[in-house]
Amino acid sequence: MFSIFKKSAAPDAKASAPQDPGAPITTVTVTVNGRTVTAEVDPRMLLSQFLRDSLQLTGTHVGCDTSQCGACVVHLDGRAVKSCTTLTLACDGGSVTTIEGLSQDGTLHPMQEAFRNNHGLQCGFCTPGMIMSAVDIVNRKGNTLDEATVRAELEGNICRCTGYHNIVAAVREGAANMTGVKQAAE
Amino acid sequence: MTATGIGAPVKRREDQRFITGNGRYTDDINRPGQTYAVFVRSPHAHAKIKSIDTSQAKASPGCVAVLTGKELAADKVGGLICGWMILNKDGTPMKAGAHPALAVDTVRYVGDHVAVVIGETLVEAKDAAEKVVVNYEVLPAVTDLGSAQAPGQPQIHPEAPGNTVYNWHLGDKSAVDAAFASAAHVTKINLVNNRLVPNAIEPRAAIGEYDAGQDQLTLYTTSQNPHVARLVLSAFIGLAPEHKLRVIAPDVGGGFGSKIFIYAEETVCLWAARKVKRPVKWTCERTEAFLCDAHGRDHLTTAELAMDASGKILALRAKTKANLGAYLSTFASSVPTYLYAPLLSGQYNIPSIYCEVDGVYTTTAPVDAYRGAGRPEATFVVERLVEVAAREMGKDPAEFRRINFITSFPHATPVIMTYDTGDYAACLDKALELIDYKGLPARKAESARKGLKRGLGFSAYIEACGIAPSQAVGSLGAGVGLWESAEVRVNPTGSVEVLTGSHSHGQGHETTFAQLVSQRLGVPIETVSIVHGDTDKVQFGMGTYGSRSGAVGMSAIFNAIDKVIVKAKKVAGFVLEVPEDTVDFKDGIFSSTATNKTLTFPEVALQAYIAHKFTGAQLEPGLKEGAFYDPTNFTFPSGVHVCELEVDPATGTTRIDRWVAVDDFGNLINPMIVEGQVHGGIAQGVGQALLEGAVYDKSGQLLTASYMDYCMPRASDLPSYKIEMASTPCPSNPLGVKGCGEAGAIAAPAAVMNAITDALGHEEIDMPATPQAVWRAAQKAPRRMVAE
Repeated sequence: MFSIFKKSAAPDAKASAPQDPGAPITTVTVTVNGRTVTAEVDPRMLLSQFLRDSLQLTGTHVGCDTSQCGACVVHLDGRAVKSCTTLTLACDGGSVTTIEGLSQDGTLHPMQEAFRNNHGLQCGFCTPGMIMSAVDIVNRKGNTLDEATVRAELEGNICRCTGYHNIVAAVREGAANMTGVKQAAE
Repeated sequence: MTATGIGAPVKRREDQRFITGNGRYTDDINRPGQTYAVFVRSPHAHAKIKSIDTSQAKASPGCVAVLTGKELAADKVGGLICGWMILNKDGTPMKAGAHPALAVDTVRYVGDHVAVVIGETLVEAKDAAEKVVVNYEVLPAVTDLGSAQAPGQPQIHPEAPGNTVYNWHLGDKSAVDAAFASAAHVTKINLVNNRLVPNAIEPRAAIGEYDAGQDQLTLYTTSQNPHVARLVLSAFIGLAPEHKLRVIAPDVGGGFGSKIFIYAEETVCLWAARKVKRPVKWTCERTEAFLCDAHGRDHLTTAELAMDASGKILALRAKTKANLGAYLSTFASSVPTYLYAPLLSGQYNIPSIYCEVDGVYTTTAPVDAYRGAGRPEATFVVERLVEVAAREMGKDPAEFRRINFITSFPHATPVIMTYDTGDYAACLDKALELIDYKGLPARKAESARKGLKRGLGFSAYIEACGIAPSQAVGSLGAGVGLWESAEVRVNPTGSVEVLTGSHSHGQGHETTFAQLVSQRLGVPIETVSIVHGDTDKVQFGMGTYGSRSGAVGMSAIFNAIDKVIVKAKKVAGFVLEVPEDTVDFKDGIFSSTATNKTLTFPEVALQAYIAHKFTGAQLEPGLKEGAFYDPTNFTFPSGVHVCELEVDPATGTTRIDRWVAVDDFGNLINPMIVEGQVHGGIAQGVGQALLEGAVYDKSGQLLTASYMDYCMPRASDLPSYKIEMASTPCPSNPLGVKGCGEAGAIAAPAAVMNAITDALGHEEIDMPATPQAVWRAAQKAPRRMVAE
């Protein structure tokens, strides 16, 4: 267990002080990728900001700020959430898995491998959220997914590069290869 | 073909970092002591700034600075530029207003930059920005392109009377008029090419940093062309001399044109970093991106096609109004002119063409290049015209195209271009086979039994890519040359670093460029690294846009490799103790007819650096060569896309059932990556045709400023695509490649709209063909009584 207190971690103490002198600092304890983190956060802090700015887990991206594009998808207690519209405080006591925590012991998760194998990414920006959503789809829908199901289930993830053709192929292959694979710690 | 060489579907080397969350995009970078910038933006489309009170903002907790256009002007920071001079019909230069990075006395679109607030944290900067009080005198907006030039409309820039930036033309008007006068049939259509927002999923971002010790400025930014950004920021905007300014474009999350341009925010972050003596970071929010990223398309066109009685095309005439927005963005002026009208010949033998274009100011976001840039607009005009003409003349649209195809090359069109090679009929034949064209009547009947209307649409597109021969574009008004650079550095151990002026933001250069090196030098692909995106590391280069990185960027690498091989052969000659001209190099091995001994490429590399086998008088040590490649012609990718869809007249919904594409990109380096480019392009084209459209209301408010209002294509909106490749190698570059990045976006809109109008039986529907638009159009009776 380690702690992150923004006051000591930030280069300037002012940087982490609450802006409104009356605003509370609240302590939150979250397990992120298997490590338990206790931190003081501004109540307004979003989970995406906590992951990116406080924990330097920059694999989680923010593309739209409105829960539409899905670049920010992580797993909270085993379910996909959009971290750009999840308050960090709401995750207190919870367990978060990000793209950085998906591969185990240096081995790529089958869904990561499937995205590479099917050229399911181009610029890579939507990819972490796409992969986290894809794993969630398999967790909910099983390992045998038809094309229509994958396309419908990807409603909350936008990709501007690939036209989805190869993403759909990647999700289906990843789903098939997830059979019997122990899921990331969640 | 080797497993990692040219033509192999090598899995992308860059993917490892992207699938594990280890990509490094601009917003992932944080600099010590960093501050955060938030822009105060105009809520009005058009207004005078009467006063700006920054006192409360400056007193806000954590506020570091509030800067306005007055400070920017006082520091003599130059305005943003447009780098392409267009001449009017009468030969006079276009008329452009000033484009300051922060407005001084007037704002001209919603989102225009009024002030920047710099805070210790992002939330403190946002809070302080709320406290900047701007007193506006609101002026009337001009958002309707069709009437923006009318007398009595508000004037947006005093320099451009009638809001007209230019009235430009291309072609022989009298020849065209004569051809129309003698035509047996004339087809005339009015087209709307809807305004789009590029929407790379990574929003723009910038960090400006000043090193007082070195008097050096550094800009981390989401750029497709960091050297061009440095040149403009230095030579025109005047922030620092070129050698004191470093621009770094790390991993960039999609561009589609929108990250070519030099914007206000990047400029201001760099300027402000020196003023506050700390790094200044700005990350665009999605709504800001909608408001301020350069938009694309937005044309109104009337187009006519003249035919003889047999259906042979005699002439084409088009009049286009192009919305340029409130200011001229970096390449705005060229997109609806030289990137548009020269493509109006399509794949067809058209003896005479005349096109007139008005570039028009409106109080909307600037409009500039978006994937395809002018060429999708041209293809939409040509392919809608041809389709409608065939229908009006009672001819099969495929056969109508076929009898008008250009069949011999080179072919000089009446609008500047000389097409080098192609086989348009071969692509069409293959497409007809793949879509099962003969089975269409049966499928239409089956759809009709379900109460649905089935339609099929062709788009036989051509594009001019590999942009571009420098002298040619210079003669047309470009302010820059459009060559590309490469340096191939061989290390003493034989590993190879390639420094390229191209920039990858999803295209996979780290893989394809390495395939070229691996094949030509016979070295494992793992020993090749591709370096791009940092002006301190890479020699000046022009960047990536216009499907140019293969044809131009890789050709520069190809030529640099040639020079490396020449030098390496000299080294090998000394080591093997044989005459240099007997040395052969193949598959990574140096040999000679004069000896049984051979050398590997790494052995020669080492010898080049230890330099024990030759004297300085005989040969320079080292193995590093560079090349600047200036293309001798554009490249002309072409192909046929076919869209088959079903329209439900009861609900207005459209479902794409089949998509076939047969593309001719010349030789392919990595077919997997090429197909991926086509997929993405089609998706953007389908998005334009069915879903996307930026809408301003009469007061100039952008109604579509989030993903909840602007309909981005989702997975469920799109089909799987059936793609095949034809190949006529490009004769003008050493690799025979043509470029593939924009083809799908160029071809798709016309294919979709030709299919929808086929289904509806009339032409009265514009893009985007949303369910509402389709439902309304489906209420009208079919004009054509097509035997089915």
